[in-house]
Amino acid sequence: MAAFITSTACISPQNTSNSLGFPNEINEYSSNILKCVEPNYKDYINPLQLRRMSKILKMGLGASMICIKNDNQSNPDAIIVGTGLGCGEDLEKFLNSITDSNEQVLSPTPFIQSTHNMVAAQIAVVLKNHNYNMTYCHRGFSFEEALIDALMLINDGQAKSVLVGGIDEMTENNFKFFNYLDYWKKENISNLHLFEHNNSGSIAGEGACFFSIKAENSNNATCINDVSLFYKPQSNCEIEEKITSFLKKNNIEKEKLDLIILGMNGDNNFDSIYKHLIKEYFYSGSLLTNYKHLCGEYVTSSSFALWLADCILKDQYIPDVIKIDKFENKIVKNILIYNHYRNINHSLMLISLK
Amino acid sequence: MPRRIFITGIGIVSAIGNNIEECLISLNSCKTGIATISRLQTAHNKIPAAEVKLSNEELISILDINEGKKFYSRTALLGMLAAKEALNYSNYKYNKTLRTGLISATTVGGMNFSEQYYKDLLSSDKHKEYIETFDCGDPAERIADFLKIKDYIATVSTACSSSANAIMIGARLIKNNIIDRALVGGTDALTKFTVNGFNSLEILDPTPCKPFDANRKGLTIGEGAAYLLIESEDIAEKQNIICELKGYSNANDAFHPTASSPEGQGAYLAMKHSLDMSSVEPSTIDYINAHGTGTDINDFSEGKAIEKLFSPNIPPVSSTKAFTGHTLGAAGAIEAVLSVLSIKNQMIYPNLHFSQPIKDLSFSPVTNLIKNVEIRNVLSNSFGFGGNNTSLLFSKC
Amino acid sequence: MLKIITMEELIEQLKQEIIEALDLEDVKPDDFNADTPLFVEGLGLDSIDALELIVLLEKKYGLKIEDPQERRSILYSVRTMAEYITANRKE
Repeated sequence: MAAFITSTACISPQNTSNSLGFPNEINEYSSNILKCVEPNYKDYINPLQLRRMSKILKMGLGASMICIKNDNQSNPDAIIVGTGLGCGEDLEKFLNSITDSNEQVLSPTPFIQSTHNMVAAQIAVVLKNHNYNMTYCHRGFSFEEALIDALMLINDGQAKSVLVGGIDEMTENNFKFFNYLDYWKKENISNLHLFEHNNSGSIAGEGACFFSIKAENSNNATCINDVSLFYKPQSNCEIEEKITSFLKKNNIEKEKLDLIILGMNGDNNFDSIYKHLIKEYFYSGSLLTNYKHLCGEYVTSSSFALWLADCILKDQYIPDVIKIDKFENKIVKNILIYNHYRNINHSLMLISLK
Repeated sequence: MPRRIFITGIGIVSAIGNNIEECLISLNSCKTGIATISRLQTAHNKIPAAEVKLSNEELISILDINEGKKFYSRTALLGMLAAKEALNYSNYKYNKTLRTGLISATTVGGMNFSEQYYKDLLSSDKHKEYIETFDCGDPAERIADFLKIKDYIATVSTACSSSANAIMIGARLIKNNIIDRALVGGTDALTKFTVNGFNSLEILDPTPCKPFDANRKGLTIGEGAAYLLIESEDIAEKQNIICELKGYSNANDAFHPTASSPEGQGAYLAMKHSLDMSSVEPSTIDYINAHGTGTDINDFSEGKAIEKLFSPNIPPVSSTKAFTGHTLGAAGAIEAVLSVLSIKNQMIYPNLHFSQPIKDLSFSPVTNLIKNVEIRNVLSNSFGFGGNNTSLLFSKC
Repeated sequence: MLKIITMEELIEQLKQEIIEALDLEDVKPDDFNADTPLFVEGLGLDSIDALELIVLLEKKYGLKIEDPQERRSILYSVRTMAEYITANRKE
């Protein structure tokens, strides 16, 4: 199972939406919730179609249209979206209106738009696309499952091109709720110093990253070799075994991994796993990077990591801001992304230049 | 050759019964599960609904949950009950060498808790333990942990076609050699959120739903769960095989966020592609378990799509939603289980509450229980908001 | 007590309320006058917009319209809505 990324789009807390490749300037935030820098959606979508849409729908539709535009492509053979929390803003709006009006006279729009598959559905309506349309909503697996589905469609010959996206928004209320559960740091920090605070909690984020995945290579496109996920591992040893068998299945030795993108989020309850792997498992010559200080922690943040990997491979440029320790840049051919969400949902992605 | 997919276990809980046996009794006696809302606390208590007859406490007790029992959402509990039955049905055994997945669907997740505690949580952390039960992923992880399934856990949420998609995805994961067997299906509890949602769209029938009837007034909302164990041909034991999943397809109507197109383009494509991939001749489809919600738009557009594909030889069609209500994220799996039972017991279920055919539609649904009839292939339709249309094709082995 | 307003004032007020309820701000405001058909060939509103307008009439003017035929004629344009409100509004 392998396929090629021929185009990407990324709406994130960084200035990524209008640039092809990694942005020159990095945004610094002083609160623990990172919000997306949104493009002017009217540049990409007919205002009539933007009507009534909540932020996540605009982000999803916006990112998918940018991705398709960058690809000079009209209509994919399938549209697959991963979104862990779905359309939270509308869900909250409808829940509030039920309570406030005591279940009387309710506006239906937020109910419709709270449906989890609305992003994928709206993309299909805009593109008049009658093909396969799927939405995965499983926490830290959501995006990976969408990607695996895309690879299966290509592997089966059912699709030659698939539009895949990972998207989640961090509403103020979800931020608050997860704060009750100590997901976030208690003190406000700068995102650029996330990894200097060795204590509990992370910073919250959001994003919409879309990819055109194709069966055929064109213009030296990045190759997604494989994606794998594992659930609630019992020990570091089991995690090592999973990574080893994933690499073995793909006929690549640890030593051949030029660069590794890790999902560190600054929470010492969870980063210990990555630190263990760095110390005990990964090859010392692999360049080590992380990304969640740029986009924040959210369930589909691995889609940002995949976007980052694609940037690195295409431009052969590793921005200093993602390096765990300083290192000299070198040619990067193989990248492993390893991320886990709260030590429950773990995932591996292998990306390379063919 | 792609690996064939067999169904070896089934489990269900719905308004017409808490397990396979009870559901069959209700089906055989043409007894609907629809009644006035009694369990759910809502201002709309005059609206009929299809509620599961077990309280959360009863579910917890049947499932023998001891730890953290307060924090299992109704959606998770219903799912656990049906999933467990499916595994028991099949003589499932844990086997380290076989990769087992759980592909589960839901549209509301732990909504019964969110609608209860959301407002309070805005001002205090008093009920914070419920927060991690709100999302769609929670029921699947509860079921997986309960049944010790670990190798692939996924949640699909595509409105009312969710669990039909979960079944299709499970089959494709097996064919792609990512797993060897999978528990596939879906679960949704009745909630104030969905009752008010469909009510705001004015598509709830004030009387029990009348699918395919000229005077249909909308759907009747229900709750429940159903799961199927599917296995690749390499590992399925012959004595456990109930039938085969021969075809499946998902297509999009791409017409409107909630309404289906008048000609049912997405529905037509989903059915057509399922037939095409299975090489089953339309003339050998012996029963169509329709989506048939009872809404004005769905039944007409689905009817048109069936006409287009099968006319002039339209197979027996019925919607079982007048029995079970529309169970949203569970509907595709509940109807898949009923389709499997139709093949196993060689029977066709009546479309209850039907009296007058729809003008401009050339066929009427089956209105009587038909037994001892040859059922070779059954097509099961599930359509959802966002034009998400899926058809599954089950075949006798 | 409700302020007595003229038909033209009501039309303007209703237009603002419709724009807000249906998020129409970006949709060519010039095309939108009292007699523009709201659905299909005019502004191109859909069935969900119709439900939103019904909610608007009920919430802001206390008017409940059940009959689908009647709905269609009342929701034809801003003027037909205003006329219905004037004729049926309770003091």
